Amino acid sequence: MTLHPKISRCADPQLVNDWHSVADMATLATKRIHQTRLLGVPVRLEVHTNRQPTAQRMDLGIAIDSVEKYGFLWLCLGTPQRPPPEIPEARETDRHCVTGGSIALNVSGLRTVENFLDMGHFPFIHTDWLGVEPHTEVPPYKVEITAENEVLATECTFFQPVASPTAKGGFMVEYVYRILRPYTVCLYKSNPVQTSRMDSIYLFVQPVDEENCVAHPFLCYLKDGIDAPTVRWFMQLIFAQDKPILENQLPKRLPLDPRAETPIRADASSICYRRWLRDQNISYGAIPSAI
Amino acid sequence: MNEAAQRIWHPIASSTDLPFRHTYHGQLLGREFAVWRADDGYVNVWENRCLHRGVRLSIGINDGTELKCQYHGWRYANRTAGCTYIPAHPADAPARTICNQTYPAIERYGLIWSAEAPVGELAYIEVLSGSAVFPLRGIAVNAPAKLVMQKLVTYQFQPSGQIKGQTATSQLLSSSDDSCHLAATDGAHSTTAVFFVQPVDAGRSVIRGVLAETPADDLKRPVLYHHNQLLTALREQVEQEFSTLPQPAPFAPVIAPPSAPTLPDIDFDSPSPRGRSAPLRVQVSKKWMTALDIAAFDLVSITGQLPTYQPGAHIDVHMPNGLIRQYSLTNGPGETDKYTIAVKREAASGGGSLCMHGQVREGDVLAISEPRNNFPLRRDAIQTVFVAGGIGITPLLAMSRTLHHSGLPQTLHYFTQSRDHIAFPEILGTMAATVQHHLNLSPEETAGQLRGILESYKPAMHLYVCGPGPMLEATRKIADDLGWPEPAVHFEYFKNTNEIDDSSQFEINLARSAMTLQVAAGKTILETLRENGIELPSSCEQGACGTCVVDILEGEPEHHDVFLSDGEKQSGKRLMTCVSRAKSNRLVLDI
Ligand SMILES: [Fe+2]
Repeated sequence: MTLHPKISRCADPQLVNDWHSVADMATLATKRIHQTRLLGVPVRLEVHTNRQPTAQRMDLGIAIDSVEKYGFLWLCLGTPQRPPPEIPEARETDRHCVTGGSIALNVSGLRTVENFLDMGHFPFIHTDWLGVEPHTEVPPYKVEITAENEVLATECTFFQPVASPTAKGGFMVEYVYRILRPYTVCLYKSNPVQTSRMDSIYLFVQPVDEENCVAHPFLCYLKDGIDAPTVRWFMQLIFAQDKPILENQLPKRLPLDPRAETPIRADASSICYRRWLRDQNISYGAIPSAI
Repeated sequence: MNEAAQRIWHPIASSTDLPFRHTYHGQLLGREFAVWRADDGYVNVWENRCLHRGVRLSIGINDGTELKCQYHGWRYANRTAGCTYIPAHPADAPARTICNQTYPAIERYGLIWSAEAPVGELAYIEVLSGSAVFPLRGIAVNAPAKLVMQKLVTYQFQPSGQIKGQTATSQLLSSSDDSCHLAATDGAHSTTAVFFVQPVDAGRSVIRGVLAETPADDLKRPVLYHHNQLLTALREQVEQEFSTLPQPAPFAPVIAPPSAPTLPDIDFDSPSPRGRSAPLRVQVSKKWMTALDIAAFDLVSITGQLPTYQPGAHIDVHMPNGLIRQYSLTNGPGETDKYTIAVKREAASGGGSLCMHGQVREGDVLAISEPRNNFPLRRDAIQTVFVAGGIGITPLLAMSRTLHHSGLPQTLHYFTQSRDHIAFPEILGTMAATVQHHLNLSPEETAGQLRGILESYKPAMHLYVCGPGPMLEATRKIADDLGWPEPAVHFEYFKNTNEIDDSSQFEINLARSAMTLQVAAGKTILETLRENGIELPSSCEQGACGTCVVDILEGEPEHHDVFLSDGEKQSGKRLMTCVSRAKSNRLVLDI
C-alpha cells in the first residue's frame, strides 16, 4: 500500500502512543470488517458477536489495542501511556450522554480543534443559531495552561440568538473551553434551564492523516427540557455549517509559526493552543514553526 | 522553478467570469487568486487567503466596495486589499499592516491578465487591436500548457463567415510558449484568431481564444459552438496523450507570511509613522464649492496606490504656506482611487482654510500624511445616530456612507444654517432616507431637537457627534442627561479651545526606553521627547485628534485635551502628550 507523498506517517510519540477515537460503535455492524485510517496508517476493525472489538494495523499486519468508551471505539497504534480521557459528567444520570454523529473533514484535525475554540465565527457561520450580526464582539476572556498541562479558556462570553435547542430569545452565553490533548477538546456551556450547571460537548478528533480528520462529538446535555435526538440534530447542524469553511482553509495543516497568520485578541485561546502544540513538539497535522 | 513563467502576463479569467458582485477563483502556476470586480469597475486580483485564518477569499462576499471573508467577516478594501474592519473588535481600527497581497490586473481582449511578478507591460497584439474582438469560451484542459500549445498550433477551424463549411485551411501566423496566431481561410472568407494558454498548474491549463472580429449577431452562437466542439475534441486528444506520460507534481507556491504585527503585539496599535511625516504626494484632481464657504478637494496619488482608510480617518495636509491642518476623509467604502476632503472658509483661522480656498488649485501637488483613524466607527450597533454640525459632517459622512452601503440601521442628523450650507448634497441625496436636515436653528432650538433625537437610548445604540465646540458640548450634555452611557457617545472636536496653562514643570520617566526627562515650563511632553530624539506619531498637536496618546503607568496627569472622554480622563490611564501635563511631580509613561 502506498501513501500519498504529502501524507507521512506520524513521528510524534505522544500521538502514536495515545488513544484516538475512530468510530461511533453504533455504526459498526457485528461480524463485519471495517476500515479506517489513523495517523496515516490503514487500520482494519472488527466487532465480534459479543460486541468486543479488535483492530489491526494493515501496514504491519499486527494487532493493536482497542477499547470501547463513551460509545466510541478507541485505538492506540503504539503503546498506550494513559487511558482515554476521563469524563466525570458522563456518569451523571440526569444527562443525555450521546454520540453526536461523526463527520469527516478534509483539513488537519488541529484546524478542526482550533475552530471549535473560536467564538468569533458564530455570527457568520452559525447565523441565527450561535450568533447573529451585528452582535460580533468577542469580549476579553482568560486563557491559561493548567497544572494538568491542559489549555483552559474561562470567562468566555458571546451573544447568541438561540443558545441551545431549549433556549428562547437571545442572551449572553458563558463558555469554558478546555483542550485536553492535542486532538481532544471540549466546551462547557451554561445550561439555559439549570443556570448553575453546564452542558458539555467533547470533540474527539481522529487524525486520519495530516490533512484529513473525522470529528467525533460526544455530548453531555442535562435532560431537562430536551430529548437526545434534538441534542444530536443541533450538533450535526452546527458541524455541517463549519465543514465547508474548514475545507477552504489554506494551507490545510495548522501553521505553528506565530507570524504565519494574523491573530487578534479574540484569538487568545488559539494562540495559546498553537504555542502549546509547538512547545510539546507536536508536528503531525501542523506546519512546524521556524522560531 | 517557475520564476521565468511568473514574470509573464497570462490570462487568468474571462471578463464574463466577473459579473456584478461575484468573486471568482483564478489560478496561475499553482497560485490561487480571488478575483473580483468592484462596482467602480476596478478588477482586484488577490492572494486567495484571508490573512486571519487562511480561508479562501474566493468564497468571500463581494459587496461592490469591499471583500468580506466568510469566516469572521473581516473586510478588505477595493484596490488596496487593506483590512478595514474586524467584527470581533468593533471598537478598534485595524492596524494598517493588515493588508493582503495584491497582484496586477489588466483587462484586455475580453480577458483578465495577471502575473505573479510581471516584468514589463502586457504587450499589445497587433491583430487584436480592433475594438471588435470576440473572446471564445475558456476550455479547461487537464494537461500541461506546453503540451496544449503543441496541439494548438495545428488547430483547424472555419472562418466565421463560412462557419458551416468544411474546406477551410488554417495557417499558423506565429507562435510562442504561451500563444499562437492562426488564420483560417475558406474561399473569400478569412478569420484570424489568437489562442492563449493559461498555465493553471503543472498538469492543468485553460485555452483562451480571441477572434479578431466579432461575427454578425446571427453567427455568434454558431461560431461559439463551432470552436467549443473543436477545442473540446482537441482537449480530449491532449488529455489522452498526457495520461500516458509521467504525471508532474503540482506546483507548490510559497505562501508568504503577512506583514502583520507579530506576537505578542496582537493589539491594534497601528505602528504609525513617527512624528508628523507626510510621505504621500497627491494632486488636486478636482476642486469645487460643495456648499457656501465649503470647498471640496479630490486628491489623487502621484506616488502609487493611496493607503487604506476607514470611516472616521483624517489626514494631515501640509500646505504651500507651511501650515499643517487635519481634514477628515469623506469617502465611502472602497473609494480608494482618491481621497475627498472638505474645507470651510474661516476668516478667523490661522490661515489654513484661506490657503486651501485661495491658493490651492486643481493640478497642484500637496504633501499629506497617511490616514489615521482616532475616531473609529463601530458597526455592531442596533441603531447608530450621527449628529453633524456644519463642517462636522465630514467624518460622519464617511461613516454614514459605510453603514448605508451595508444596510445597517442609522440616522444622520445634519444641522446647518441654510440649504446653501449643505455640503455634498449629491451624496446625501443618494441616501435620503437616512438623512434628516435641521436648518437655521438657534442654540435653544438645536438643544430641543437634540433632546428629541436622543430621548430613547437602548443598549447597543451608538452616537457619533462632530461639529462646533458649543454644539458638541450641548450634545454630550443632553446625551448624558438622557441616560446615554459614556462609551456609547463618540465625538471629535475640530480644535481645542481650552486655555492651556503650561507653567508647570515635572519629570517624565520613560519605562520602555529607561530614560528620565525634565519637562520645562512652556514646553510640552511631545516637544521634550522630540528634543531628546524620541519621535511619537502626532498630528494636530493641540489636543484634539488623539494621535499622540500614550499610556500612563504611574503618576497623576493634568488633562488639557478634548479627545478623551471624562471617564477616560478620570481613570488617568492615558494622556495626550501634545498638551497634557502632570499634577504629580513625576509621570511614568509607557514609551
Ligand atoms: Fe463553528
